[in-house]
Amino acid sequence: MAAPKKSVTKESGQEKGNGSDHPPEFTRDQELSALRDMLLIRRFEEKAGQLYGMGAIGGFCHLYIGQEAIVVGMQMALKKGDQVITGYRDHGHMLATGMEAKGVMAELTGRFGGYSHGKGGSMHMFSKEKNFFGGHGIVGAQVSLGTGLAFANRYRGNDFVSLAYFGDGASNQGQVYESFNMAELWKLPVIYVIENNRYAMGTSVTRSSAQTDFSKRGVSFNIPGEQVDGMDVRAVKAAGDKAVAWCRAGKGPYILEMQTYRYRGHSMSDPAKYRTREEVDKVRHDHDPIEQVQNRLLAAKMSEAELKAIDAEVREIVNAAADFAQHNPEPDPSELYTDVYR
Amino acid sequence: MPIQVLMPALSPTMEKGNLSKWLKKEGEPIKSGDVIAEIETDKATMEVEATDEGTLGKILIPEGTADVAVNTPIATILSDGESASDLGKAAAPAKPEKAAESAPPAAEAKSAPAPRAAPAPAAPIAAAEPDPEVPAGTEMVTMTIREALRDAMAEEMRRDPDVFVMGEEVAEYQGAYKVTQGLLQEFGARRVIDTPITEHGFAGIGVGAAMAGLKPIVEFMTFNFAMQAMDQIINSAAKTLYMSGGQMGCSIVFRGPNGAAARVAAQHSQDYSAWYSQIPGLKVIAPFSAADYKGLLKAAIRDPNPVIFLENEMLYGHSGEVPKLDDYVIPIGKARIVRSGGHVTIVSWSNGMSYALKAADELAKEGIEAEVIDLRTLRPMDTDTIVASVKKTGRAVTVEEGWQQNGVGAEIAARLMEHAFDYLDAPVARVSGKDVPMPYAANLEKLALPSVAEVVEAAKAVSYR
Repeated sequence: MAAPKKSVTKESGQEKGNGSDHPPEFTRDQELSALRDMLLIRRFEEKAGQLYGMGAIGGFCHLYIGQEAIVVGMQMALKKGDQVITGYRDHGHMLATGMEAKGVMAELTGRFGGYSHGKGGSMHMFSKEKNFFGGHGIVGAQVSLGTGLAFANRYRGNDFVSLAYFGDGASNQGQVYESFNMAELWKLPVIYVIENNRYAMGTSVTRSSAQTDFSKRGVSFNIPGEQVDGMDVRAVKAAGDKAVAWCRAGKGPYILEMQTYRYRGHSMSDPAKYRTREEVDKVRHDHDPIEQVQNRLLAAKMSEAELKAIDAEVREIVNAAADFAQHNPEPDPSELYTDVYR
Repeated sequence: MPIQVLMPALSPTMEKGNLSKWLKKEGEPIKSGDVIAEIETDKATMEVEATDEGTLGKILIPEGTADVAVNTPIATILSDGESASDLGKAAAPAKPEKAAESAPPAAEAKSAPAPRAAPAPAAPIAAAEPDPEVPAGTEMVTMTIREALRDAMAEEMRRDPDVFVMGEEVAEYQGAYKVTQGLLQEFGARRVIDTPITEHGFAGIGVGAAMAGLKPIVEFMTFNFAMQAMDQIINSAAKTLYMSGGQMGCSIVFRGPNGAAARVAAQHSQDYSAWYSQIPGLKVIAPFSAADYKGLLKAAIRDPNPVIFLENEMLYGHSGEVPKLDDYVIPIGKARIVRSGGHVTIVSWSNGMSYALKAADELAKEGIEAEVIDLRTLRPMDTDTIVASVKKTGRAVTVEEGWQQNGVGAEIAARLMEHAFDYLDAPVARVSGKDVPMPYAANLEKLALPSVAEVVEAAKAVSYR
């Protein structure tokens, strides 16, 4: 299996195009902001893995390590009021939308201070304030729901865009295509971001998908799509800008296939024996989204010490979140019956 | 300070594992993400990745050690600038505080008595409101149930611009059963939306729109087809308020005909009353009279929760009197005593009421006065009204078109046992659909459904007559 294509924004579907081999450069501020946001997700997830190992986090815990450039790059293309929804590998999306690390971590540990007061857990968190609509545990359900968010935007006549993230695995669910059909039929402003990390749990895309070019999954509905190097935050942002402009202009939905890789197993209890260590190491070594930014910053005369300072600042946020998440109280027993109805 | 690496739990149930192999030696540099060891459980072999950077200071558990308990320190990592002399100061990552109720370690559990789990707090009891007073002299209008439903939707759409209707054939075709007749003409295509035949998809889109604050009315051509959408109804609509800690719910009505129609056989004839009414987070309504159809649909559309509104195709053409009031809204969750009597209580809802009321007429001819209760709402269920009646009559019969196993009648019988056991003079009797898929042949179809005769017989049996 080949590593994700480097710096390729290949057009497919209807749009034929002006794709170039190199995504537009970031300004220094953009590089720093992207680095900080991606590092926060990486360190947060490493800490979550550690807390899981200590038994502080229960149930399922799906880490986002390796895929950070996608949510960070896409978020850079959005404006306040746009909506985000995703599946169960959702910690990165929440942090990218600006949700607080301590609220997310406390939900992972099942505490009252978590975003869902400890009643949702890793896979079910929401923030009305940040327009983050979950956090959904049923593979593919968020695609119809995200299409519904876009429906609400169109109904209200505003120019907000809904981002529905899902994986290569969810791409084989039937409701995805039911949603594609209605989204294009009604010209709904939704961007389908397919995070192709090459494995649906333990099944590689070549073993599960007749069409492995996911950008073409909308062809029979006339939805344009592109393959994007999801390991390069600049390529993600550039593709996001284009898709967002398309949706805001009222042209209907857009598909972005983000070619990425998850370094860890599907969940914490997955030993990931379906791929070789060499494959994982090669992506980590050659394509790591964070190292790419760090290397560009170093080449632009930023010092190692400055980079370390950013890492230290991020680690402090994560450590404070972990501390909060372990000392915050569990929900009161009286919470058992709250929020069933309103 | 050096950092301790603890034996990780690799699954929710893992308590111990074997440390099969060290992949780094003492003194070797370690980067976050490096595999430092391999661990074996009865299920799998897993790699332990470092989450901190530095140097592997000391291996505390040698490779080949079996049954290492989770959270045992297995190694220490020295940070930049630390040396082996710092090893004594190693700090474990903060251990999570254990909840008060959590079980003691296995070894203790054998000798010490198991602590009693903290009891769950009592479930709150929803008190149902009575029907609104219909002022004396109010004009009553006779209309079909079909018209009552249409009027309810039209009134709510005039009142609230966030309310819209979507479903198959609801707009240009004017409704597969003509329930949405005229809505497209009044409200336009923006608010009366024809969908493709794609129940799972449009149910999800409806729920998403509701999460964004709109108030969709999703029509299923029949509830048989809603099985394709069941995941979105239950996993997305019913559970989101709870899973979000009260932040994000959805105000949505799923409505359409439910239960047996006529001669359409098994896949088009099924009663979903029991299915939906099991789910916390949903409200479930199944009315019988035209006035209730109107007043309860208006309440359902205004309700901030997901509501399943079960209609009945056989009743669409039935007429009844509906009070001519500007805003006739009936509270959800309140049963109605349709006929008073002191000898036996008959409980039903929706089309089951047809059998119940006819049976009550028959029974009266034989001197048995039946009290007939129309539940109207299945969830929350108005237990108080049923119990109060049975305390008076001492006998109860339930009537439903659905199957008996785990049915609504079974639930009513259980509640009567819990709340009125001492008042029961006979076991509760259930009249229901037979335990078969609905047959097509006219004679068999008739046999598969409840009948007036069966209700009469059951009422007599519990009265020992």
